[in-house]
Amino acid sequence: MANFSDTLGEWLRPQKNRMFILLVLAAIAMLIPLASSNYVLEVMTNVWFYVMLCLGLNIVVGYAGLLDLGYAAFFAVGAYTTGILTSHFGVNFWLTIPVAVCCSACAGLLIGGPTLRLRSDYLAIVTLGFGEIVRIVARNLEITGGASGLIGIERPSIFGFQLNQIVHFYYVFLLLAILACFVSYRLQHSRMGRAWQYVREDEDAAEAMGINRVAVKLYAYVIGAIFGGVAGCFFAVKMTAISPETFMFQQSVLILLGVVLGGMGKIPGVIIGAFALVLFPEVFRGLGSMRMLVFAIVMLIIMLYRPEGIWPAKKS
Amino acid sequence: MSIQDILLQQLANGLILGSFYALVALGYTMVYGIIKLLNFAHGDLYMLGAFVGFIALSFLSDYIGDGWAGIVCSMVLSMIAVGLLGVLIQRIAYVPMLSAPRLSILITALAVSMVLYNGVMAFTDGQYLAFTTDLNYEGVQLGNVFVTNTQMVLVGSSLLLMIVLYLFVHKTLYGKAMRAIAIDQDACRLMGINVNKIIALTFFIGSSLAAAAGVMAGTYYGSIHFFMGFIIGLKAFTAAVIGGIGSIPGAMLGGLLLGLLEAFGTQIPFIGTEWKDVFSFGILILLLVFKPTGILGKTEIERM
Repeated sequence: MANFSDTLGEWLRPQKNRMFILLVLAAIAMLIPLASSNYVLEVMTNVWFYVMLCLGLNIVVGYAGLLDLGYAAFFAVGAYTTGILTSHFGVNFWLTIPVAVCCSACAGLLIGGPTLRLRSDYLAIVTLGFGEIVRIVARNLEITGGASGLIGIERPSIFGFQLNQIVHFYYVFLLLAILACFVSYRLQHSRMGRAWQYVREDEDAAEAMGINRVAVKLYAYVIGAIFGGVAGCFFAVKMTAISPETFMFQQSVLILLGVVLGGMGKIPGVIIGAFALVLFPEVFRGLGSMRMLVFAIVMLIIMLYRPEGIWPAKKS
Repeated sequence: MSIQDILLQQLANGLILGSFYALVALGYTMVYGIIKLLNFAHGDLYMLGAFVGFIALSFLSDYIGDGWAGIVCSMVLSMIAVGLLGVLIQRIAYVPMLSAPRLSILITALAVSMVLYNGVMAFTDGQYLAFTTDLNYEGVQLGNVFVTNTQMVLVGSSLLLMIVLYLFVHKTLYGKAMRAIAIDQDACRLMGINVNKIIALTFFIGSSLAAAAGVMAGTYYGSIHFFMGFIIGLKAFTAAVIGGIGSIPGAMLGGLLLGLLEAFGTQIPFIGTEWKDVFSFGILILLLVFKPTGILGKTEIERM
């Protein structure tokens, strides 16, 4: 086994071979709709959606090393921004995206600004509390439709072509996931990405090297929030209905598990995590109500025996 | 009812809510104080306590009825069972992780919590169970305020538990060892204290207090549910932070204070019961930002 993975690692080293693998995978992803049922497409669309969310959270947790237990809040902000603007004010869907980006970035600033100085476990609790606050606010306000949420959100159209089939959304979410991978990759290898890694590994040393740790963490937080917000926009129009219960604490935990399961801070790892997250409950549907228990136990075992995830980031 | 009566009624409500919070907060604060671990599974131990108490009571009710005698017996059983479970969790999940990065141990705690509530959900099909007791609604009329006997007994017994805990921690050798470990583990090892045993004991006590609170809450509200531990876990953490995390009197004070704040908070115009949780999480966030050491906590300079 070790021998095989070594050989594979050796073969994957040259850029050319990696690109080849990526192209093959992309081609498979593009061709899936040609040979699959609506059920498979629905599940796969969900996979791409979670890939985007997990990549967004990965920026916060994996790159910058901040535990965020309220990520669903940003996703909710995006979804509700789109939902409210399109159904109450009749704004075109595509115009709501920049607004949602601004709103989720503001939410990120609002919660991150004062709290990023805190110790990591306090930060986890504050984000958890914030996530709950957003959900309860959505449940209690009139404009968000209260406990029943918003229904009948209009499907978007592009150049007069309305997106209303699952196939359309499959490609939309695939595109979003690819975009998220690309942005994550570029961020990881940017100056900011190196600063995140530095802060994650040793905050004091990073600060001594002239990195403003609060600002750097805040960037991670806001960018992660924007990922969540954009994913939320598309979620709202795909589902055409959103309710506060979609954004419960379990949602945040699920996204976090996707990040941790595959391997924090590594894009392929996070993608594998998102796949596992969506496919596990589908594959084990036969277990009924036991499947979440099995999932939780698997999660615990992975944390105990492989805390770095299935495909961990290399430490240099 | 006059303003004064409303305030008095809320004082009674706040005290009972606060004593549940305080009992759960004690476990958080003890574990945090001793190994600096935020035990996310603590709220779920409270929930499990309620379920174990429920099972014990349904067996015991044939022999001693489901009055106070039955409730007290099942509470003791539940405290022992959940306390042992707490020790088991510590042995399986936390001991191997103590040298791991902080993020890993937090996520492990989260996974333990998931295992517990998903486990209970799978076995109860996510249903509410009726926690039937034959307690009546008799009570005392104080002016216009009515306090049931149940409420008084519950508040009284949680105060009793807290006093016993306080005496244990401050008057016995084990308690002394606990306080010493919170200050310096390595020095304790050199002094011949069995650190692992004391940490296990801390988990036992913390978990059994949560279980006691769970049984009391089951008795008081009359129904239990697999997800009942989540919100109270968060609230109890808030309480522990209000009092200063790591401080035992702080957790008691913080719990009672949070209960009272919530009870009175719902009386403020425009903050109805539906905003109650926002109110207490808001307090938590403001407190963590402006005074993370809480009321009785010590200032510690520590960088993560």
